[in-house]
Amino acid sequence: MSRYFRAKIRENLPLNRNHKLLTLETSSPENEPLPGQFYMLGVNRGGYDPLLKRAFSLFRKTSDGFQILYRIKGKGTSLLGGMKEGDMIDMIGPLGRSYPVPETGRTPLVIAGGVGMASVFSLIESIPERSYVFYGAKSKDELFMLDELGALSKGLYISTDDGSLGKKGNIAGVLEDFWGRKHETEDQYLIYACGPKPLLGLIARTASSHSIQAFVSLEEQMACGIGACLGCAVRVKSPVSVLQGSEQDFIYRKVCKDGPVFDAAEILW
Amino acid sequence: MNLEVEIGGLKLRNPVMTASGTFGYGEEYSGFVDLNQLGAIVVKGISLKPMQGNPPPRISETPCGMLNAIGLQNVGLELFLKEKLPFLRKFDTRVIVNILGNSLKEYQKISEALDDAGVDAIELNVSCPNVQQGGIMFGTDRKMLGQLITGVKNIVKNTVLITKLSPTVSDIKEFAKTAEDSGSDAISLINTIPGMSIDINTRRPRLKNITGGLSGPAIRPVAVRMVYEAYNAVKIPVIGMGGIMNADDAIEFFIAGASAIAVGTANFVNPEATTGILSGLIKYMERENIERISSLTGSLDIG
Repeated sequence: MSRYFRAKIRENLPLNRNHKLLTLETSSPENEPLPGQFYMLGVNRGGYDPLLKRAFSLFRKTSDGFQILYRIKGKGTSLLGGMKEGDMIDMIGPLGRSYPVPETGRTPLVIAGGVGMASVFSLIESIPERSYVFYGAKSKDELFMLDELGALSKGLYISTDDGSLGKKGNIAGVLEDFWGRKHETEDQYLIYACGPKPLLGLIARTASSHSIQAFVSLEEQMACGIGACLGCAVRVKSPVSVLQGSEQDFIYRKVCKDGPVFDAAEILW
Repeated sequence: MNLEVEIGGLKLRNPVMTASGTFGYGEEYSGFVDLNQLGAIVVKGISLKPMQGNPPPRISETPCGMLNAIGLQNVGLELFLKEKLPFLRKFDTRVIVNILGNSLKEYQKISEALDDAGVDAIELNVSCPNVQQGGIMFGTDRKMLGQLITGVKNIVKNTVLITKLSPTVSDIKEFAKTAEDSGSDAISLINTIPGMSIDINTRRPRLKNITGGLSGPAIRPVAVRMVYEAYNAVKIPVIGMGGIMNADDAIEFFIAGASAIAVGTANFVNPEATTGILSGLIKYMERENIERISSLTGSLDIG
């Protein structure tokens, strides 16, 4: 059950020049968030500009609250970046559908592009099956939690756009290499991914070509986060077209409520 | 203390309503606010057939406001009656259904079904700026508006008729009068104001629809002015809306002439905005020794 509440900032830790890790204290153990869920955070310190709350993925649960990993890129995140320990913050959550827990015997491949790691980290941490983790970013200084990821995963594969760590290029390329020397039969794999939409589209195609089920977490402009504004529309194949293999017909689903986690095969990329 | 107001014969427990399109079908907010506490719930606009809505991006934030071009995505009349209305009926609040159509016939068909279903009021949407079928041609042509209202009024037996006026007319008073003369029991205003925003780096519009409707506190002074003008032009009740974020904002609308107010974009920012505004109104009435909220309507002092 999601609710509207205020939480106290325990720490707003800089990770590099434009990424921070926000630790929040909440008094609501009954509202335990699940991996893949998100919160709408009020970044405003009074007044109405910016007006709307911002959606942030759950990064990790803590004993008395949770953490959010975010990139400072606009007005809202800049304001959030300026908040300090002890500040109170308005929020709604936890919201949306979480990543489905993998069935036993399936090996998860978890793929994160950039700050997409914010959404999948708690999944990697919580699922009993150890996963192969694919993590790409612009450069070495935008890759976080590498020690933890190394310890939690069966294998950690890195790529950077500038080649400063891991393979140079896109993380989808690393995934392609992985298929070349795959360790298990393909039907045992299950993909989870979060990152820029073009990357997710690429992963969806790869998954489909290998007949692997993939769950992706999407992002879209949203005002309310609770299914009322209908702003965060995403095109999903209508049930009929899924059967007929046609992409003519589609319906809009809400990223906030029907997602943010979707089966990649449902999305019209 | 008396919070009751009357909108064209329809008694509301209190004057706090929701603005169409910002409160879903009520159920989206039922986990956040006690729906029984609201004066009325105005649901997302309903058309005869379901509508897909516009491609994304559909919303974009602007200073103290937001642009939207949702495109009237809705479940359609049939599904609304079957799935959405029964839920709303479980609550002790008034249910007002915002409707839209391409033709008088469509408006009549929807109205007839809603009248039979026993909804408390129908709000004629003649002012959606985002789709051609949003009824805006009715909202910006007085003759067509008059014909639409009369045509629907002749169909409904018990349902109170509210006409939601478009702010994109040169003289709101004339349209308010047309609504009154044609048989509308009340008017509501304002709908969003057409606007536009451009990303200067890509030179692309921020909305796929290019233009959208501006809402939020940015439009409040325009809304207050229009409510004031409409109130002075007609005798039927005026429902005021446009950027109401808190009780102070709501009170401004009552003083300008509103009999009831609707909370819109504020619901997105704070899902408990409606009930918060209601408690703020009560505090104001206590402080100012106001016995009846209705006495505040049109109480503007121009010296």
